[in-house]
Amino acid sequence: MSTVGTNATILAVAGVHVRLAGSHILQGVDFNVPARGVTALLGRNGVGKTTTLRAILGIVPHSGTVTFHGERLDEQPTFRIILGGIGYVPEDRDVFAGLTVAENLRLAERRAVQPRYPLVFELFPDLKSRRRQLAGTLSGGQQQMLSIARALLNPARLLLVDEPTKGLSPRLVSETVAAIERIAEVVPVLLVEQNLNAVRRLADLAVVMAEGRVVHAGPAADLLADNTLTRRLLGVSGSHGRPA
Amino acid sequence: MSTITLLAITGIGLGGLYFLVAAGLALIFGLMRVLNFAHGAFLLLGAYFGWLLGAHLFGAAVTITTLQFIAVLVVATLTGAVVGTLTELLLIRPLYRREIAQVLVTVGLTLVIGALVVGIWGAEPKPFPAPAWVHQTTNVLGATVPNSRFLLIGAALAVLVGLQLFLRYTRYGLIVRAGVENRTMVSAMGIDVRRAFTLVFALGGAVAGLGGALAGVYFGAVSPDLGNVLLIDAFIVVVIGGLGSISGAALAALAVGLLQQFANYYVVGIGDLAIVLLLVAVLLVRPHGMAGTAA
Repeated sequence: MSTVGTNATILAVAGVHVRLAGSHILQGVDFNVPARGVTALLGRNGVGKTTTLRAILGIVPHSGTVTFHGERLDEQPTFRIILGGIGYVPEDRDVFAGLTVAENLRLAERRAVQPRYPLVFELFPDLKSRRRQLAGTLSGGQQQMLSIARALLNPARLLLVDEPTKGLSPRLVSETVAAIERIAEVVPVLLVEQNLNAVRRLADLAVVMAEGRVVHAGPAADLLADNTLTRRLLGVSGSHGRPA
Repeated sequence: MSTITLLAITGIGLGGLYFLVAAGLALIFGLMRVLNFAHGAFLLLGAYFGWLLGAHLFGAAVTITTLQFIAVLVVATLTGAVVGTLTELLLIRPLYRREIAQVLVTVGLTLVIGALVVGIWGAEPKPFPAPAWVHQTTNVLGATVPNSRFLLIGAALAVLVGLQLFLRYTRYGLIVRAGVENRTMVSAMGIDVRRAFTLVFALGGAVAGLGGALAGVYFGAVSPDLGNVLLIDAFIVVVIGGLGSISGAALAALAVGLLQQFANYYVVGIGDLAIVLLLVAVLLVRPHGMAGTAA
């Protein structure tokens, strides 16, 4: 295993273990996220990518250390970690279905912080016209936009994005990737993604997990150019498809 | 016709009382997934502190002025709110994420408070004070209806509207509505959901305290078993209405109150069986209750 390291590391995950319902899901995860660009967290289904994000945010109990901007996160409650400057776009969007689009966004507003509605509506103009619509009645793509918009409403120093293209049509995948590409210009992103075409377009670095551990870390372009390596680590060739 | 009118208005009034007890339970379970068995204790203490005010400051009279009665209701409401807040801060919060332990603690608190009430004020019922107009009746379509029924209906409507306004138009209401759906995601948006927990316990306790005082008016007296008696019906209302839903609790309370009154009139003593059968029927058709959704 190698570790991605740059002079400007914004997030350091070291020796993180997660045990849930008797299963040892994360078995000592180590990697760093640099303060620029997109770092993709890759791996086959069930290797612990989503659990890694949830451990970073304190949503699941874990051991090991998570350091963000030099500050230990692993003793802090989730809401403090988020207020400390991490935005989160969860897997399956997790919008509040019984709340309107405007209410979902209002919930993300913070005291003494000017919400970035101009940026949000510039990226996702559809949300402006659907402000009064219940989030549960939005299409999958629109829900994904809302989920990203909530995380963008406040200035973040790092964005954790979990499978943003999952279940979307090719057109919506392209729109979502374009949005993340723009977002990554202003804020570093740790991205869990199965769609390797999206990873190719977005990611600077790739961290690959297998069986609850990091088994590879390095430039994303190098990984995806090496068909043998991608087939071994992800179960597909670097030029096509999604991991098994 | 007059009998049906009387049964209907009494049933709606009783439904109003059930709603006052069930509303807090529904909110607390919806947001925190805590089956709060101490809710009956909030109600009981609210009722007894209201009675205490009447007994010690207003001359132990059964009939008091409207202003004094308002003071009794305010004291009962505040008592419920304070007890609810303390329960959440001191007993529930240290057991966060340990739902079974929370249930055990709330059951224990109910037993302790029930025993304390018996120890301090005795087991016999205490006449509950109310203004003269509450003891009087009003003729509606030939039926002589006790005014206490209208008081209960009015109080329940006021609480229902107040809670809906709170949930719809305040930031904490928004947090509670979101938290009922997915409280982990509320935290993941940078919100300290524990504050909402305390607020919901305070709010639920306040409404229960008010319900306790109004139960004293409805039954004419307060007694140590008041909390337990109403809590069982309130749990049935919450399950029929859909856990976490205020509007569902209101509809279910109305249905339960009416069914219980009419069933008891036509076959004496069958009211409790009727509402249990209603509970079974609703759960068979809609397992998540009338207004509930799958988790």
